[in-house]
Amino acid sequence: MSTIAVPRRRAQVRAEGRTIDWRARYFNWFCGSVLLVFAAIWVIPLLWAVDTSLKPDAVIAAHPTDWWSGSWTFHAYTELFSIGNIQTWYLNSFVIATLSAVFAVVACSMAAFAIARTQFTGRRIIYGLIAAGLLIPPQVLIVPQFQEFNAAHLLNTYWVQVLPAVAVPIAVIIFVAFFTGIPASLAEAARVDGASWWHIYRRIYMPLSKPAISAVFIFTFVWKWNDFLWPLLTLTNTRIMTLPVGLSQVSSAFGIQYAEIMASAVLGALPLILVFLLFQRQIVEGIATTGIK
Amino acid sequence: MSTQTVTVDTGTRVRPATTGRRKRRGENRAGWGLATPFLVFYVLFLIGPTVYGIVMSFFNSSLQHSGLGGFAGPDNYTEALTSSDFWQSMWHTVLFTLLTTPPLVALALMLAIFTDRLSRGRWFYRLVFFAPYVIPSAAMALIWVWLYTPEIGLWDKWLTAIGISSPPNWLADPNWAMISVALATVWWTLGFNFVLYLAGLQEIPRELYEAASVDGASRWHQLRRITIPLLNRTTALVLVLQIIASLKIFDQIFLMTSGGPNYSTRPLLEYVYDIGFTDFRTGYAAAASMLYFLVILAVSLVWFFASRRPQRGA
Repeated sequence: MSTIAVPRRRAQVRAEGRTIDWRARYFNWFCGSVLLVFAAIWVIPLLWAVDTSLKPDAVIAAHPTDWWSGSWTFHAYTELFSIGNIQTWYLNSFVIATLSAVFAVVACSMAAFAIARTQFTGRRIIYGLIAAGLLIPPQVLIVPQFQEFNAAHLLNTYWVQVLPAVAVPIAVIIFVAFFTGIPASLAEAARVDGASWWHIYRRIYMPLSKPAISAVFIFTFVWKWNDFLWPLLTLTNTRIMTLPVGLSQVSSAFGIQYAEIMASAVLGALPLILVFLLFQRQIVEGIATTGIK
Repeated sequence: MSTQTVTVDTGTRVRPATTGRRKRRGENRAGWGLATPFLVFYVLFLIGPTVYGIVMSFFNSSLQHSGLGGFAGPDNYTEALTSSDFWQSMWHTVLFTLLTTPPLVALALMLAIFTDRLSRGRWFYRLVFFAPYVIPSAAMALIWVWLYTPEIGLWDKWLTAIGISSPPNWLADPNWAMISVALATVWWTLGFNFVLYLAGLQEIPRELYEAASVDGASRWHQLRRITIPLLNRTTALVLVLQIIASLKIFDQIFLMTSGGPNYSTRPLLEYVYDIGFTDFRTGYAAAASMLYFLVILAVSLVWFFASRRPQRGA
């Protein structure tokens, strides 16, 4: 009996294994094709923008939806650069985003270190106040903030962009979480050795916090680079505009010169796509661990 | 900063009480000192404007005169709550949220599950789906307005190619404008949720699936009984972040339709923008902002209390 039963069971297992294998293969094939279709949908708008930007306006007017053009040209790009606004907008966006990110990292990490490692009186209240700030979206403050900067005569300056971007509650929360993960004994040992609190922050905790620093830096940078409503309200002078605000004026400036419009869009999209390519790991990990939006 | 000279005072241990107090005071001072730069900015540009905004909402403030203007009591609030324009823009904000949240959560989940199954090439899909998320709203709007252009746009060409002879007039048709903006938004921001889901999927131990398939559970079963339940926390996070992000809609609509045609897509933030910076009625605009803030606050608080119950690491 047993001699018969054993081979049969084996055969059964093998057959089962094979059916599951086939099903899995079909399923994988199905997943792969669905992904490919969606990837195509996601790539097409960007490709189409690049494609349009490289065609002469006359060709676009005659055959607006043809992918292939007999004559390719960089004319739209050279024209944009010769007008010169786009370089100014790049520079403005870069200065504003960099200053905001640097100030935010410094101010938020210092406050977070004080909260996480020193026992100053009132730190619970302060931390609660900062956590409450998470609930206030900057968008609801545009009216009073505008009044504030208007009264201070700071509209159409870099400061109107940088100053409100320094104290970011979520950045403090991230740094506090990170600093609490570093053993407190490190700080205690350094205190026994007579190191100042500033020294412990600057020379011990900050060098150990590179992931948190890069997350806060990158996100503040990207946020300020892409910020639209606030700069739209406060930067009305073309020379001081950031890239997104400048781009919002482009379609009225170029009318139906679609190559120029798409070249502007491509130039607007390019810097952060490059940043993403360079810092893909940090950005993806940053999102996964913090969920900053 | 140079290191403080290391002076190990051997007497320290002998007088613990006084040094303890002195240490305490030093620590207190250091803590406040380190927190001060942040607090100055925080008070000046977040708490200050919040308080000022609340005060302003009870006055007839205007951009045309300095100061708060005459006291208005609750007039600004009653005006907003009885204004059809206010409610219309509130509805557009909610409608946009209702249109974008389900696809942005469900599609991101589906694509993340499919991508997670791949043995190779995950980086490619991550790149493709996430890249649009980092481009500025203005660049995205330029591209999509061009795609939506009637007759000469790419979408119209494709729709006529598959036999739809009269495609909708996307952004110019009041019935379609909001849907068109929502579709473009799904393309633009899906990558963020996709990345959150991919990270959530990576935390599910592979052995669970192996054990399940040894027990003969089908793929569909594994998906429903293992993957989706274990992603609950991620889904809650994605959902609340998405709802709040969608409620903050301004950029795409302002850039693609300017709230039109005929105000049929104007969201609440654009209403605030219009009354505050076109009509110069900042007091009333502040009141409308506060009402809008209450909506966002309600969503955040619901999530906060819902996610507190199963208390696990932050």
